Amino acid sequence: MLFFSFYKTLVGKEITVELKNDLSITGLLQSVDQFLNIKLKDIKVNEEEKYPYMISVKNCFIRGSVVRYVHLPADDVDVETLQDHSRLEAREQKKQNKQHIEQQKQQQTQTTAQ
Amino acid sequence: MSGNSGLGDEVDKKLIVVLRDGRKFIGMMRTFDQFANIVLQDTIERIYVGDCYSDKNLGVFFIRGDNVVILGEIDPDREVQEKKLKKVSWDEITKAAALEKQKKEEEELLKRKIMTESGLTIDSILNIDDF
Repeated sequence: MLFFSFYKTLVGKEITVELKNDLSITGLLQSVDQFLNIKLKDIKVNEEEKYPYMISVKNCFIRGSVVRYVHLPADDVDVETLQDHSRLEAREQKKQNKQHIEQQKQQQTQTTAQ
Repeated sequence: MSGNSGLGDEVDKKLIVVLRDGRKFIGMMRTFDQFANIVLQDTIERIYVGDCYSDKNLGVFFIRGDNVVILGEIDPDREVQEKKLKKVSWDEITKAAALEKQKKEEEELLKRKIMTESGLTIDSILNIDDF
C-alpha cells in the first residue's frame, strides 16, 4: 500500500510514464488506484510521429501492469517520509513474525502437554 | 476511495484501446470492471502505417483487461489534426502493414546476426514480441 499512498501525494504533478512497449507519455497525474493504474491529463507523447494513434488523445488511462518506469519530479518526492514509512512497515512485519512464532510455540507446548 | 482511478468517467465515451500486441480498437466504452475488462460498442479496428490509416467495422467487442495497454479518451479537437493522415482501403493497409512487418523482421535478423558474430547471444530478448 506504500506506493499507492506515495502516488496519491503526487496527484496533480507532471510525471512521465514509460510503458513496456517503449511508448513514453508525459502528463498531469489525475488519479491512481490500488493496482497502480494511472490516469493522465493533458498528455504529450514523446516521439509523437512514431505513435500517430496518440494524436487524438488528451486524457488516458494506463494499466498498471504495462508500466516500465515512472519519471517523477524530484522536488515533489519527500524521500524522508518514504524512508520512514518503509521502516515502519518493516518494523510491523517483524512484530507480526515474532507473534506468529510465539503462537506456534504455544501450540506446540499445548500439544505436548496433552 | 480517494484518488479513485476507476473508469466511471469514461463510460459512454469514444475511446481508443491499445492492446499489448499493438492493435488499436476504437469504440464507445459501455461497461468496465476493476480488471479493466471492457465492452466496446460500434468498434472499429484501425491500422496505421506511415502516414496512412484504415478502419474496419467489427461491432461489439469484449476486451479482456490483461491485454489492455492504454485507454485513451478521444478528444474531438485533437481528432481534427488526425485528418492530416490519409485514409486508404483496408486491403492496401494490410498489405502495407505486412510489408512493414517483414522489413522489421529482416532488420531484427540482421541485428541478431551481427550480435551473434560479435559473441553476444540475445535470443532471450528477441523472443519477446509482446510483453
